[in-house]
Amino acid sequence: MKWDEFFVTGEPMIYAAMVSIVLVSIAIPAGLTYFKKWGYLWNNWLTTVDHKKIGIMYIIAALLMLFRGGVDALLMRAQTAIPENGLLDGQHYNEIFTTHGIIMILFMAMPFIIGLMNVVVPLQIGARDVAFPRLNAISFWLFFFGAMLLNISFVIGGSPDAGWSAYFPLASLEFSPTVGNNYYSLALQIAGIGTLMTGINFLVTILKMRAPGMKLMKMPMFTWSILITSVIIIFAFPVLTVALALMMLDRQFGTQFFAMQNGGMDMLWANLFWVWGHPEVYIVILPAFGIYSEIIATFARKNLYGYKSMVYSMIAISLLSFLVWVHHFYTMGHGVMVNSVFSITTMAIAIPTGVKIFNWLFTLRRGKISFTTPMLYALAFIPIFTIGGVTGVMLAMASADYQYHNTMFLVAHFHYVLIPGTVFGVIAGFHYWFPKVFGFKLNERLGKWAFWFITISFNVTFFPLFILGLNGMTRRMYTYSASTGYGPLNMLSMVGAVGLTIGFILLVYNIYWSTRYEPREVTGDPWDARSLEWSTPSPLPEYNFAITPAVDELDAFWFAKKTNKSLFEGEYEPIHMPNNSGLPFIMGIAFFFFGFFMVFSWWIPAVVAGLVILGTMAYRTFEQDHGHYISVEEIERTENALRGENS
Amino acid sequence: MKRLFPVPHVIGFASSLLLSLIALVVIKFDLTFAMGMTILGVTALVQAGLQLFLFMHVSENEDKKTLFTNIGYALFVGLVTIFGTLFAMMWGYNMG
Repeated sequence: MKWDEFFVTGEPMIYAAMVSIVLVSIAIPAGLTYFKKWGYLWNNWLTTVDHKKIGIMYIIAALLMLFRGGVDALLMRAQTAIPENGLLDGQHYNEIFTTHGIIMILFMAMPFIIGLMNVVVPLQIGARDVAFPRLNAISFWLFFFGAMLLNISFVIGGSPDAGWSAYFPLASLEFSPTVGNNYYSLALQIAGIGTLMTGINFLVTILKMRAPGMKLMKMPMFTWSILITSVIIIFAFPVLTVALALMMLDRQFGTQFFAMQNGGMDMLWANLFWVWGHPEVYIVILPAFGIYSEIIATFARKNLYGYKSMVYSMIAISLLSFLVWVHHFYTMGHGVMVNSVFSITTMAIAIPTGVKIFNWLFTLRRGKISFTTPMLYALAFIPIFTIGGVTGVMLAMASADYQYHNTMFLVAHFHYVLIPGTVFGVIAGFHYWFPKVFGFKLNERLGKWAFWFITISFNVTFFPLFILGLNGMTRRMYTYSASTGYGPLNMLSMVGAVGLTIGFILLVYNIYWSTRYEPREVTGDPWDARSLEWSTPSPLPEYNFAITPAVDELDAFWFAKKTNKSLFEGEYEPIHMPNNSGLPFIMGIAFFFFGFFMVFSWWIPAVVAGLVILGTMAYRTFEQDHGHYISVEEIERTENALRGENS
Repeated sequence: MKRLFPVPHVIGFASSLLLSLIALVVIKFDLTFAMGMTILGVTALVQAGLQLFLFMHVSENEDKKTLFTNIGYALFVGLVTIFGTLFAMMWGYNMG
């Protein structure tokens, strides 16, 4: 490692990024000092173990990463908008499509979903927090510092540049000698450990902490989807952990797991990556299915059609998701038998997914539909996602895939699945649950403007890519000659990308506008919804439920409203809550430095940071922390303030 | 005395150490491949059972069904990953 390679040099855009990073890192502490907010930040956010606040931090981080990944996407579209463009050179383009993929999947989609499940799941099951609140904070800080570690790579040392899938031998030390792919193995490892712990946390929370009477088959569909997602996380992420560890050993410690000689096997990386990677697709999409189920049932004013078949099809998807990974590399030279088997398993996934699509349509049938912003996203999801699904079945046919493989057709397909599936889902959920957390809705008019911009521009951006792919344009090519004829459609795609940018800016502007001007909401149930989270006051008290609700059916809150029954019988009792702790934050910082030193193979500092991590664990082992009680008087005071006289 | 000294756990701990020692036989002696794998497989299974039932009390929980479903799922995913990888990368790979 030479010191002149430490900072990335020679690119005006990178210099601008460095300047802005320096300015922001001066501005934030300066602003905090000026407004005297250090204590507030530390006491209310950095040390919190409250699932709602952790959820909010996840979502803020996800929105930031959405813009980081979005700028990457804009640069890619700008570079390919005209033939022989010189905006980015090949290396910079490689780094940008790599970080775009990593950031959008692991640091945007994942935290957005985990943020929503943090906020919503305990409320939907009538719990006061998750099963392991401290662990939840550790999960967040590991994700956060993992994401930060990856993000500094583009100014310090260089970003990973072998694609988000980092295939060997390209990602090996021999062909990728910069530290870029060390960032990949370490940043993803740190964030991945956090995600794995989230999976365990929510599995236990949902299995053990449901309100009395809420049998598994009486849980809201979103909670069901998170239960299944947690199971997939627990069984898929260890494979990533192992694969990343082997990658690190290969790149930094001279092992030969993915080498092309000495008994290594380069293709084994692709295999292990997709053993995790395909279930990962369902990890980000099943929660969105759950969100749509909630939203469609609420705004069609009907109970969800085919509840049981929804649950069984999700279980089927979760099992099938572990049986299809080879379809990501049909062209790697497997025999006919292998490709046929994985073609069939892949197509089989279309069956449970189709069941869900029809269930949503039947829920809508003869419903009293109100076209709110979240409902619009849910409605747009169905046809757009179906295009993604149908092209997926096309790609699933191994022999046909030899034509489509690694073309823009594939790129169009997975954006047609992931954007309506995941991004529309989390945005819909964001609009839907926003009033629960903050006590006011996002403005509907602005929300709908953003919706139309995003939906139309999405199709303008990605539909041309299907045609470009069929015409032979491969993915990840940073430029092309005019004679290929790819120019006009790429330009059209660029126009769409600009429209998407406007849409997302409107979405964020809406948060600002609504915070200032949107009328405050007092009922706690602004959408006249069905599940338990809407029985609480908004904004929420720390303890969520003053009295644990008793539930005897699905959509108990809805029927309680209809029959004027109360779900909350009994007297206030002191509530036991977990204490805040600074330890998870400190642990996250230690992990960040450990990762950073490891990236540059600076062993002694890495060992020191590693000892700090072990120290925080040892401290926790011997720490006496019994939580605290909220007294009955305080509960009465809070409840009267939040619910008013008529509580 | 009986209540203070957890006999089953000590026996369990001793036998898990013993099982590890037996597994070591495979590299210490010149065995055939099949013999070595059989020893490893059997000791691994017994070891896993010992851990799950004696130390982790799998069968003593009221949520027995959930735990066994989870273990079943883990076995499914583990076996699919191992044999699927062998199938895709070795047995079914087109070497020609």
